[in-house]
Amino acid sequence: MAEAVITAAPTEVSDAVNLKARLRSATARSRRNAFLLTAPLLIMLLITFIVPILDMLFRSIDDPIVGQAVPRAAIALEDWDSGAGLPSEEAYAALVADLAALRTGGSDGKALIGRFATRLNFEQPGVRSVITKTARKAPKLKEGPYKDALIKIHKKWGQPEIWAAIQRLSAPYTVVHFLASLDLHYDVEGSIVGQPEMRQVYITIWLRTLYISGLVTLLCILLGYPVAYLLATLPQRTSNLLIILVLLPFWTSLLVRTTSWIVVLGRNGVLLETLAWLGLVGDVDRPQLIYNMTGTIVAMTHILLPFMILPIYSVMRGISPTYMRAARSLGANPARAFYKVYLPQTVPGVGAGSILVFILAMGYYITPALVGGQNGTLISNFIAFHMQKSLNWGFAAALGAILLAGVLGLYWLYDRVVGVSNMKMG
Amino acid sequence: MALPPYVGPADIAWHYGFRFYCALVLIFLMLPILVIIPLSFNAEPYFTYSEGMLAFEPEAYSLRWYADIVTNGMAAPNAPFSWSWIQDSWSNAQWIHSTKNSFIIGIAATLIATTLGTLAALGLTRPHMPFRQAIMALLISPMIVPLIISAAGMFFFYSKIGLSHTFPGIILAHAAIGTPFVVITVTATLAGFDSNLMRAAASLGATPPRTFFKVVVPLISPGVISGALFAFITSFDEVVVVLFLTKFEQRTIPRQMYAGIREQISPTILAVATLLVIIAVLLLLTMEMLRRRNERMRGLSPG
Repeated sequence: MAEAVITAAPTEVSDAVNLKARLRSATARSRRNAFLLTAPLLIMLLITFIVPILDMLFRSIDDPIVGQAVPRAAIALEDWDSGAGLPSEEAYAALVADLAALRTGGSDGKALIGRFATRLNFEQPGVRSVITKTARKAPKLKEGPYKDALIKIHKKWGQPEIWAAIQRLSAPYTVVHFLASLDLHYDVEGSIVGQPEMRQVYITIWLRTLYISGLVTLLCILLGYPVAYLLATLPQRTSNLLIILVLLPFWTSLLVRTTSWIVVLGRNGVLLETLAWLGLVGDVDRPQLIYNMTGTIVAMTHILLPFMILPIYSVMRGISPTYMRAARSLGANPARAFYKVYLPQTVPGVGAGSILVFILAMGYYITPALVGGQNGTLISNFIAFHMQKSLNWGFAAALGAILLAGVLGLYWLYDRVVGVSNMKMG
Repeated sequence: MALPPYVGPADIAWHYGFRFYCALVLIFLMLPILVIIPLSFNAEPYFTYSEGMLAFEPEAYSLRWYADIVTNGMAAPNAPFSWSWIQDSWSNAQWIHSTKNSFIIGIAATLIATTLGTLAALGLTRPHMPFRQAIMALLISPMIVPLIISAAGMFFFYSKIGLSHTFPGIILAHAAIGTPFVVITVTATLAGFDSNLMRAAASLGATPPRTFFKVVVPLISPGVISGALFAFITSFDEVVVVLFLTKFEQRTIPRQMYAGIREQISPTILAVATLLVIIAVLLLLTMEMLRRRNERMRGLSPG
């Protein structure tokens, strides 16, 4: 503000109104300049980061394939009640017309048949071949009754399930991916029900992600708090040296640290070989320490520990030792003085470190992918799987949206507790 | 700190027990990294210490995995050492290929992230910045959003606009992920900035650009450089976005390591890891130097 007044032209002091107006315009100019400085970065992040993520989130509800592939059937099925038997002859005729149009519609049409079949197959495993077979024969069906003809091609056309799926999916937007992320789906009548026990996959994965993140956070507190205390109470010179032991892993490549755990924990790794040499484990029945949940937890704790130690340390550095001395001189024993006086003052640091570690752990991908084996993988690994292998992008987007919502909720909490502006590096 | 003479045995046990526990934690932090360094000199293609290594026999150690870094992928690795051998290595060796890419992508992304991040931090610390909290939260978000989500989003969107599998694509992606570090460090440096210095410069007749380059830049440069180092190491170490956005053409060191661990694990990875640890040590020393310099400069300015 003062700068603005200095750089403004000399002011008539007598003209108070004028002065106010000038002050207001100077403030407005200052606001605009400040905003303009952040604008380039905002624009870049918008294009390279924010819009891509919003675009992906949109995929989780975007579901145009069925509506595009069989528009006539979609209209014919609009008023059909899936609980009251098979649809009318018109619906069958519309579907045949749609499929015949696609089949004779060149390579684009044929590609759409494939996507339509895949999309339905995701909803009802096994119907892919029904669609492709029917589509192949559709152009030859010149006259009705189409209902009998279709049922003759495949008996599934005589069951309401496949029609209910087409009816439901013909809407351009869908929540099925979100339902599937939580092991829910639509039944024939269109009500939401849980998957049978044996097909429940994702609830387990979500719980496992929360469990591993929570456990890693807890381990980081248990390992990190005493070290932070030691670093904060030692003389500056010594603690500056010891903190290098915390910072060096922090700066070392994530892949290097993961590799070293593979080397240390492997079946013929350094740890088990040493224990075998000491006679503590046998040569044959060695415990499996890596490529399972244990490996994930150990490696993640190691990688995230500096993120816990550093915030706690920086809070502890600001706590004056005189409080503890005062408590002791007033008769508290060391345990009580620590519990009643010291611990409460370190809560902000522990809170900041915990939220940070938990957020980072929730989204971990590389380490579980490399050392997690079967039961040590997290939700991120399933997002990657559906992105790259099963190519079920809408579903990957829905899993991602749920994960993102959880992380942003914690981020909001972090902002409330610590304040994003108080975040420090190194 | 020595124990005072009046403490009892319980206190002594606690004192040493506590230190022992902390020592174990610090060993847990350092040991895995230290373990792989000697193993990278293993003469055998295994990931364990051979008996010869433990007995310190010279023939149990070799530099073959380091040689593998520069020769693996060459057209004629056994040709006599000459200018054409170097050219062959430079253009064909896989690890050299990924090292070049890592540096190209890292440096370009750091330049973008540092320039835009510093400008934004200057704006954010202005007294009249509108929506400061919200914008700050938005600018920090690439650091918070799980990389797999950023990578997935970028994969779809960059394919749509033709940026996937290109250098500009991965550079922009890494620049976006690196900016929060620059914004945080430069904002922290500017928070302790005494704006009277700018007024003093102005009152002594300096134009605003001159004030900026002669007063502001030297004072915030430690923050800018450490932010740049953070952005660089973030890009240099990043593999999730690389997995989704690049092909062999843009393959980086972490991507090559990832492929190595998953597919054909060879001790060459340990040699590369050792070199990366050395890079980490150098970065750590640079950061420490910058921190000291920053503290010295702060000591000069009041408040």
